[in-house]
Amino acid sequence: MREQEARERARNFIEVPYGYTPEEASEEASRCLNCLKPTCRSGCPVEVDIPSFIQLIKEGKFTEAAWKIKEKNALPAVCGRVCPQEIQCESMCILGKKGDPVAIGNLERFVSDYEASQGKLQMPEKPAPTGRKIAVIGSGPGGLTCAADLIRSGHEVTLFEALHKPGGVLVYGIPEFRLPKAIVEREVEYIKNLGVEVKVNAVIGKLFTIDELLGDYGYDACFIATGAGLPVFMGVPGENLNGVYSSNEFLTRANLMKAYLFPEYDTPIKRGKKVAVFGGGNVAMDSARVALRLGAEKVYLVYRRSEAEMPARKAEIHHAHEEGIEFMLLTAPLKFLDDGKGNLNSVECIKMELGEPDASGRRKPVPVKGSQFTLEIDVAIPAIGTRSNPLLTKTMPDLNLNKRGYIIADHETGMTTKPGVFAGGDIVTGSATVILAMGAGKKAARGINDYLKWKFWDTGGFVQ
Amino acid sequence: MFRISRKMELSDAVLLFEIEAHDIARKAKAGNFFVLRINEQGERIPLTIADFNKENGTITAVFQKMGKTTHQLAELGEGDSIHDVIGPLGMHSHIENFGKVICVGGGVGIAPVYPIARALKEAGNTVLSVIGARTKNLIFWEEKMREVSDDLIIVTDDGSQGRKAVVTVPVDELLSEDKSIQRVIAIGPAIMMKFVCVTTEKHQVKTIVSLNSIMVDGTGMCGACRVEVGGETKFACVDGPEFDGHQVDFNLLMARQRMYGEEEKAAFERYQITREVK
Repeated sequence: MREQEARERARNFIEVPYGYTPEEASEEASRCLNCLKPTCRSGCPVEVDIPSFIQLIKEGKFTEAAWKIKEKNALPAVCGRVCPQEIQCESMCILGKKGDPVAIGNLERFVSDYEASQGKLQMPEKPAPTGRKIAVIGSGPGGLTCAADLIRSGHEVTLFEALHKPGGVLVYGIPEFRLPKAIVEREVEYIKNLGVEVKVNAVIGKLFTIDELLGDYGYDACFIATGAGLPVFMGVPGENLNGVYSSNEFLTRANLMKAYLFPEYDTPIKRGKKVAVFGGGNVAMDSARVALRLGAEKVYLVYRRSEAEMPARKAEIHHAHEEGIEFMLLTAPLKFLDDGKGNLNSVECIKMELGEPDASGRRKPVPVKGSQFTLEIDVAIPAIGTRSNPLLTKTMPDLNLNKRGYIIADHETGMTTKPGVFAGGDIVTGSATVILAMGAGKKAARGINDYLKWKFWDTGGFVQ
Repeated sequence: MFRISRKMELSDAVLLFEIEAHDIARKAKAGNFFVLRINEQGERIPLTIADFNKENGTITAVFQKMGKTTHQLAELGEGDSIHDVIGPLGMHSHIENFGKVICVGGGVGIAPVYPIARALKEAGNTVLSVIGARTKNLIFWEEKMREVSDDLIIVTDDGSQGRKAVVTVPVDELLSEDKSIQRVIAIGPAIMMKFVCVTTEKHQVKTIVSLNSIMVDGTGMCGACRVEVGGETKFACVDGPEFDGHQVDFNLLMARQRMYGEEEKAAFERYQITREVK
């Protein structure tokens, strides 16, 4: 897919790829072999009928192709952009064995954008109302998917969001140049049009408890999809200096609060001249690329292992390289230093080498004696993951959590240890991907439907 | 949207809003705060819930005109609306019958200390209150504070009302005279809370402070509000905002509060220029 030239895009927040033209989409679709046994489908966590929508593209029926996807997936424009297709549907494509697989993600993106550009979003038929009410807590990808599926089963659905905008990580986390916020708004609007009531500024656990929702407010079931939440810091000295941001804060300021448009928008952000991001995942790549676009002269990506061990998508690593992010591999921070006034001015690091494999199967980085060096920086962004946010769960003593504070839930149904309460996404699994949260939302919608039908709480022995 | 049902000027720089927010009023407790965003371009700022009325469904915000957002907020009137109001957030105050307590409110900090003083009084405590400000025109809620206090001492830096002193002076005297005082609650500027803590530490009386760090989401997600308490990093929004003052690193708090000094100044100047053009 054609993209903005690297040097140019590194200074703006406009989306990196341009998307297909109809001709390009048709050409790409024509590569699909329409296999007798389509393995690509089994690689999709939300069960999109991939061969059928590609067939419709081949026939030039782009809008119909979008509708075909929406039968299973309420967020096609999002998935087409941020799903790791290379380890899902596209990894199963038979063409991938000898060359490039069909670019399923790009095609998904194309048809959903095409449908929107035509201005005629098709609404599915309204099902007969069941009289049941469901509360979905958290409007990220898991919550949106679950809400969309439940409303199509005829239930009343309220989607509660703690922030002032719906979308969860899609609006606060993933940057504009990777997922334009107008696209998220479009998908949320679709879900609202299906009939889902979205309540923003609603911090469940504070404003209402789950017991109040299931009691006084008359909800028949709840789906908790609050995401992982709390930022993890590295535990090195000086981490509270001015200029050290959690990736959550840095990205939230830039994305949700639009600090890159300061002072038109009120939220400020430090525009570092020399920025170091610590970590090797997608969030680290996003943070580094945002820092670059905020005008940094130099952005270092500091990672304690080598590039081969980085958990980020290959495409994101590639984009970061192209844009001029300087990878400082096999390096770990020791401490942050300040200018005497509490402002970060440098970081002391140490070189690492890979030793024996650790519990994750990856070779464990060990410090190289005497290899300390100091790096001058004015902004530092640890992007080393998140942990569970206890804000809601601590108000639910009757809900079992694992030892890391994540909710214990059945992976097939989302059932928790508390009758009527389902959970899925990062608050169950820990940090994962948009599409896995969507998969969990889909399964929970099915679990909730079964529960409403049989009114039977069978946790199948998963409870610890 | 959240309607402003009442607006009052409490002092030269301090305003009071009653905001219609039924669900928040229902759950609010002394010590909670909320986050607001004026409009689509606005920043999220935390304000303490200075009072709440469950029947009317309102929460009371008291704020001082400081930078762009608070000045812009001050321009809103009764009947106008605030785009987003989120709460109640943070841990509420720990209220029990301690016996005898001192409540200290400095400047705009008089507002958040009021509901705590009231709750402590209702719980059976003898409440000695000290409120202070730079000058007479910045003192407010004298009567409200008197109603919930067994004794009220007013101080101003310039002596224009009450004693000419800073709040630590009467606090030190009270603690020296009366060894039965069990607890001090102090809310105000960081520098005031710091020196109240220095004073009370001398007398070894447990002191609770409410930290006004910079915040974004207010639900633990970003970590902007991190403070060091007893050598450990805590998030003021979810672990606080109240902490044991003797454990707080106030110098760090103050440094972090200054993080956006330049940006705040630029935003305010720009705002004043656009105001003049209008």
